[in-house]
Amino acid sequence: MVLDVKDLQYNEINEQLRAGSDDIQITGCCGQRFIAAGFSDKKIDISGIPGNALGAYLNGATINVNGNAQDAVGDTMNAGKIIIHGSIGDAAGYAMRGGEIYVQGDAGYRAGIHMKEYKEKRPVIVIGGKCGSFLGEYQAGGIIIVLGLSDDEREIVSNFPCTGMHGGVLYLRSDAKNIDFPSNVSAAEASAEDLDAVKGYINEFCGLFGYNTDEILNATFTKVVPDSKNPYKQMYVAN
Amino acid sequence: MSVEYIFPEFEVIRKPERCIACRVCERQCSNEVHVFDPATGVMISDEAKCVDCQRCVSLCPTHALKIVKNESTFRENANWQNDTIKEVYKQANSGGVLLSSMGNPKPFPVYWDKILINASQVTNPPIDPLREPMETSVFLGKKPEKIKFDENGKIKCELTPQIELSMPVMFSAMSYGSISYNAHASLARAATELGILYNTGEGGLHEDFYCYGPNTIVQVASGRFGVHENYLNAGAAVEIKMGQGAKPGIGGHLPGTKIVGDVSRTRMIPEGSDAISPAPHHDIYSIEDLRQLVFSLKEATEYKKPVIVKVAAVHNIAAIASGIARSGADIIAIDGFRGGTGAAPTRIRDNVGIPIELALAAVDQRLREEGIRGNVSLVVGGSIRCASDVVKAIALGADACYIATAAVLALGCHLCRTCQTGKCNWGIATQRPDLVKRLNPEIGTERLVNLLTAWKHEIKELMGGMGINSIEALRGNRLMLRGIGLNSKELEILGISHAGE
Repeated sequence: MVLDVKDLQYNEINEQLRAGSDDIQITGCCGQRFIAAGFSDKKIDISGIPGNALGAYLNGATINVNGNAQDAVGDTMNAGKIIIHGSIGDAAGYAMRGGEIYVQGDAGYRAGIHMKEYKEKRPVIVIGGKCGSFLGEYQAGGIIIVLGLSDDEREIVSNFPCTGMHGGVLYLRSDAKNIDFPSNVSAAEASAEDLDAVKGYINEFCGLFGYNTDEILNATFTKVVPDSKNPYKQMYVAN
Repeated sequence: MSVEYIFPEFEVIRKPERCIACRVCERQCSNEVHVFDPATGVMISDEAKCVDCQRCVSLCPTHALKIVKNESTFRENANWQNDTIKEVYKQANSGGVLLSSMGNPKPFPVYWDKILINASQVTNPPIDPLREPMETSVFLGKKPEKIKFDENGKIKCELTPQIELSMPVMFSAMSYGSISYNAHASLARAATELGILYNTGEGGLHEDFYCYGPNTIVQVASGRFGVHENYLNAGAAVEIKMGQGAKPGIGGHLPGTKIVGDVSRTRMIPEGSDAISPAPHHDIYSIEDLRQLVFSLKEATEYKKPVIVKVAAVHNIAAIASGIARSGADIIAIDGFRGGTGAAPTRIRDNVGIPIELALAAVDQRLREEGIRGNVSLVVGGSIRCASDVVKAIALGADACYIATAAVLALGCHLCRTCQTGKCNWGIATQRPDLVKRLNPEIGTERLVNLLTAWKHEIKELMGGMGINSIEALRGNRLMLRGIGLNSKELEILGISHAGE
């Protein structure tokens, strides 16, 4: 089923998506927000540029975007998959608890902020390009992988990554020697076992966007983990 | 004693002629104040551990115990008071930020106590609520600006979703984690029985309580704990927590020691991991951004649930509320600076924010002036203590009130203000199974129902006295209020005359 959304508001789009078939192609998307918010099934393919909060509270649906996406992709996502054949704006995967986000290009500020995990729910964000500041801020769980494949001069991540991180793991395809991490995390070169553990996600990324997994893995990766899951434990005195 | 020594705040007085050494006090005290000394056969106490929660006093079968304020004191000094000196010592000892519980205890003015309610005499006779019907139901949500007709001249009755309450009081947000399973069970059941709503707080909704959904407000805070599609759709309304009266401008932090068992499962974070709610929502930097969260929640709930935006009462609250009223929110909840908390930095709790009375009056006035009062309902909290506070709040312009401290008092809280320790002897602010079971949810429910049933009677009495038989006719009816001992600026902000005028 093809849904041309050129003249539709976001609430009309979601209504039609809910009523529509399991496999829907959206065309003519131009900035409409909240597409597929809270959807637990369906496969949605989007041509054009969806607006903010694409797949917010997503609960199992699959979204494929043939272009860029804007801010707050996968906000508070619980399950499902979002694939972006382009770059994304700020705060992608805010507080996501499950599911996977694959981005071919770059991400803006605060990607993976306050990402969590719980038991079998372990969210994953793979970013092919580079990231803005505050990557993985307050990260409490899940896996963030940044591959840095865009060929500009920028560092793989801008300032203040991992501030307040207290769970999960972050991988940068870089030696990260020019990156300042806060004192509450440990950054070290990823071992072969580390990379084995996330190879599946990198493989999936390569399959989606046409890269060679072995070539991507043939580089130095830096693994960042928090030192404590109770980062503020010592700060208080009972009064 | 060294400089680290801080003398105990309380003294445990045990009447030896009454004490039968039954050791009830020892078993009841999670702070381990009381110990039986087998050598002498008497109970002894370590008062340094006492928090004056009154548990032992209440359960002592022979009334042998009392807890009194320790008379030992530093030399009196109006500037350097005892508490101030002790706080300096605590920080010099530890280097820590002072952490307190429950609402601001400082002697700031309580405006409720400086406002008096009108009654009818001779003209416009009072109404006797025992004999005549009195309407206390309210509907919360956006109200239509005008009546619209269809082509056949019939009134269009489509309304955005509304919450119906049997009386203008709801239980304010307290998360599962900050309070116990049995406390949540009591609130949920009482709300259902009373025809009002309780609020999950930001810790998610325990699977056992989904059945109370029609009487539940589910909260979404910056940490988004336990927030998922089913949760959002489980309640009668969704509340976005932007701020809290006890700690405006800062986030929440439930220590990993309290993230155990069901609390971990409900928040959907691993056991032992700190639950950190950042101070801001990291996707909200403007009213436009707030609008985005409001509408993403409406989309996820298919426009079936009203969205509440909760903010702390702060200096520019009128302008902030005006923005929220334009954000698409259906209800604004404002929390005054006396609102309770399971834990907040002392300095923030005691010094940040403004009284709810002034905030409410300013917001209601501003929204009226801008012609957008009907866009939203106003719910106020932050120390609504009794039925007359509710009536005064409604007359100042509120649609309903949030109560939480009064509710936990009904459950047995004795306001010892040490929730942060997690050792609540009354089974409320604790996750220790042996303590939680002290709060029987059936009795808790009954006590909450009793409290609000009594308040409802009192509200009707007060309304009847004014000759008003519907709570809707009291809303914003500031002519029913007079100030006592207030200066002209305070009267101007409250929008009321002085008594005698």
